[in-house]
Amino acid sequence: MSAVQEVVTEAPAIEAVPKRAMTLGYGTSLIILGLLILAPMFVKHFITFQLTMLLIYGLAVLALNILTGGSGQFSLGQSAFYAVGAYTSAILMEHAGMNYALTLPISGIICFGFGFLFGQPALRLSGVYLALATFALATAMPQLLKLGYFEHWTGGVQGLVVTKPDAPFGLPISQDTWLYYFTLVVTIAIYIFSVNLLKSRSGRAFMAIRDNEIAASAMGIDVALYKTLAFGVSAGITGVAGGLGAIAVQFVAPDSYTITLAISLFLGMVVGGVGWLPGSIVGSAFIIFVPNIAEGISKGLSGAVFGVLLFLVIFLVPHGARQVAIVAQQLIGKFKK
Amino acid sequence: MELFTNQILAGIATGAIYACMALAVVMIYQAIDHLNFAQGEMAMFSTFVSWQLMQWGVPYWGAFVLTLIFSFAGGIAIERLLFKPLAKAPILTNVAGFIALYAIINSVAGLIWDFTIKQYPTPFGSSPFLGSQLISTHQAGMIGVTLLLLLALFFFFRFTRMGLAMRAAASLPESARLVGINTSWMIALGWGMAAAIGSIAGMMIAPVVFLEPNMMLGVLIYGFAAAVLGGLTSPFGAVVGGFLMGIFENLVGTYIPGVGNELKLPIALALIVTVLVVKPAGLFGRPIVKRV
Repeated sequence: MSAVQEVVTEAPAIEAVPKRAMTLGYGTSLIILGLLILAPMFVKHFITFQLTMLLIYGLAVLALNILTGGSGQFSLGQSAFYAVGAYTSAILMEHAGMNYALTLPISGIICFGFGFLFGQPALRLSGVYLALATFALATAMPQLLKLGYFEHWTGGVQGLVVTKPDAPFGLPISQDTWLYYFTLVVTIAIYIFSVNLLKSRSGRAFMAIRDNEIAASAMGIDVALYKTLAFGVSAGITGVAGGLGAIAVQFVAPDSYTITLAISLFLGMVVGGVGWLPGSIVGSAFIIFVPNIAEGISKGLSGAVFGVLLFLVIFLVPHGARQVAIVAQQLIGKFKK
Repeated sequence: MELFTNQILAGIATGAIYACMALAVVMIYQAIDHLNFAQGEMAMFSTFVSWQLMQWGVPYWGAFVLTLIFSFAGGIAIERLLFKPLAKAPILTNVAGFIALYAIINSVAGLIWDFTIKQYPTPFGSSPFLGSQLISTHQAGMIGVTLLLLLALFFFFRFTRMGLAMRAAASLPESARLVGINTSWMIALGWGMAAAIGSIAGMMIAPVVFLEPNMMLGVLIYGFAAAVLGGLTSPFGAVVGGFLMGIFENLVGTYIPGVGNELKLPIALALIVTVLVVKPAGLFGRPIVKRV
């Protein structure tokens, strides 16, 4: 209300996470990988399916993490990219009869393009304004998918049913288990890609933009290019996750991809620790299992229980799983001495 | 032309709802620098409290005042208990806190008052206003209340010590502390005021959209959009944004063929994004100059 222009020395929205702190050491990674490989041998089919969803949401959270934790941009529109990926895979499989594995790169590329284009107008916006723009995208997407013009392809409100792939080469494992391992391989590939991306020249450019945009541009970083690139990469990974999700759930419908999904992914990122890639899987576990636990504790008050649990987590560890990992690391370090 | 004027009038009538909510959104944004996602649910809860008071036989205006006091105290309590400990946590953690609060309030209200739709009384009556079928006296009253509220806020922030202190605490907390302002309590006060304004918005909106735990979801989205459109730093902009939002939405629904109720919101949001791309700080917002 004053006529004076506000001058603010703005702290970066996201805390600076050093590059090395964004990943795990080799030993820990291998142990987790081993656990993930062995897990389906000891559990029921339904739990295998849940583990598959855990990996898929983990990928989507990872994608958001690259965007927010890496380049400092915030998005509530991830559900839209997820939807585009899911529909691309589903349409290619059902209408064009394509192999499920081949549809994933196509979903990824289409979503990359979509995200890159969306990144262009988003360049002008930051903070809450960017949140609103991405939010608009997320609310528009289910409505667009329901439109009559595309009904022949998308199946309108009814959605599309996708057939679940069998294990190839006559392997003696069930469809669920096969899909789990398939998802695991894709997840690992994308995880390694993301880690290397953040270590590369582009990754350093993302982080420079996150920490101080003006300083980054002064150092010769093409801010516009790298910001849109971050959007594109994030959307591309989310698209692959969406494609995998469509295959795993065997069904796509507009109402599965509402703003609720985008909010869940956001919560997953916060719980896992913003900017810490391995945290994505922890965050994904939170958004998959905690609502079920809440429902188990009280049917009528499940929302309240979920809220209280979420509050507990952010009170105890405001920096998410990353904080737990750092504390654990220090403890182990002391123990070794 | 007749149709056009009518649609604009109807747009202003719905716009009043959004303006009310947007005002509450801007209020809390001024105090704490975040968008509070639980704002709509807080307003809904307050509205339920006033409804309960009326069920117990308290007259409308008595319930109105009691609810204002309750909401003010409730807002302060939420800040002290839940968000003060998070003041040092990252921004995104705070946003997660808002989402948690949203889930809690929504589910508790559903448990206490269940999810059936309830009638809510209006103090202004609902006969046609000045012979127009499109605006009822309630809607006219609501527009009046919104404008009054805006005026009161303007005077509060402009001419009182407390208002000045709140503005100082929000824009430059460190310097404000140095001149002896208790910034932490200013934030709590901001929460209280935002909750009270939200409860007024809730009590004005409830006769139109009916009372139920999810009544605020749609309204809050439009309220946010209106606040952002008008510029988050300007209460006046928020009100203008609210009315524009209502008018946009109605005109789009009338004149663009094939746009049903479902596409109204996406198109309105797309328009806002377009406006933001041209004017990134909103229509009436002050651009924030960053120091390197």
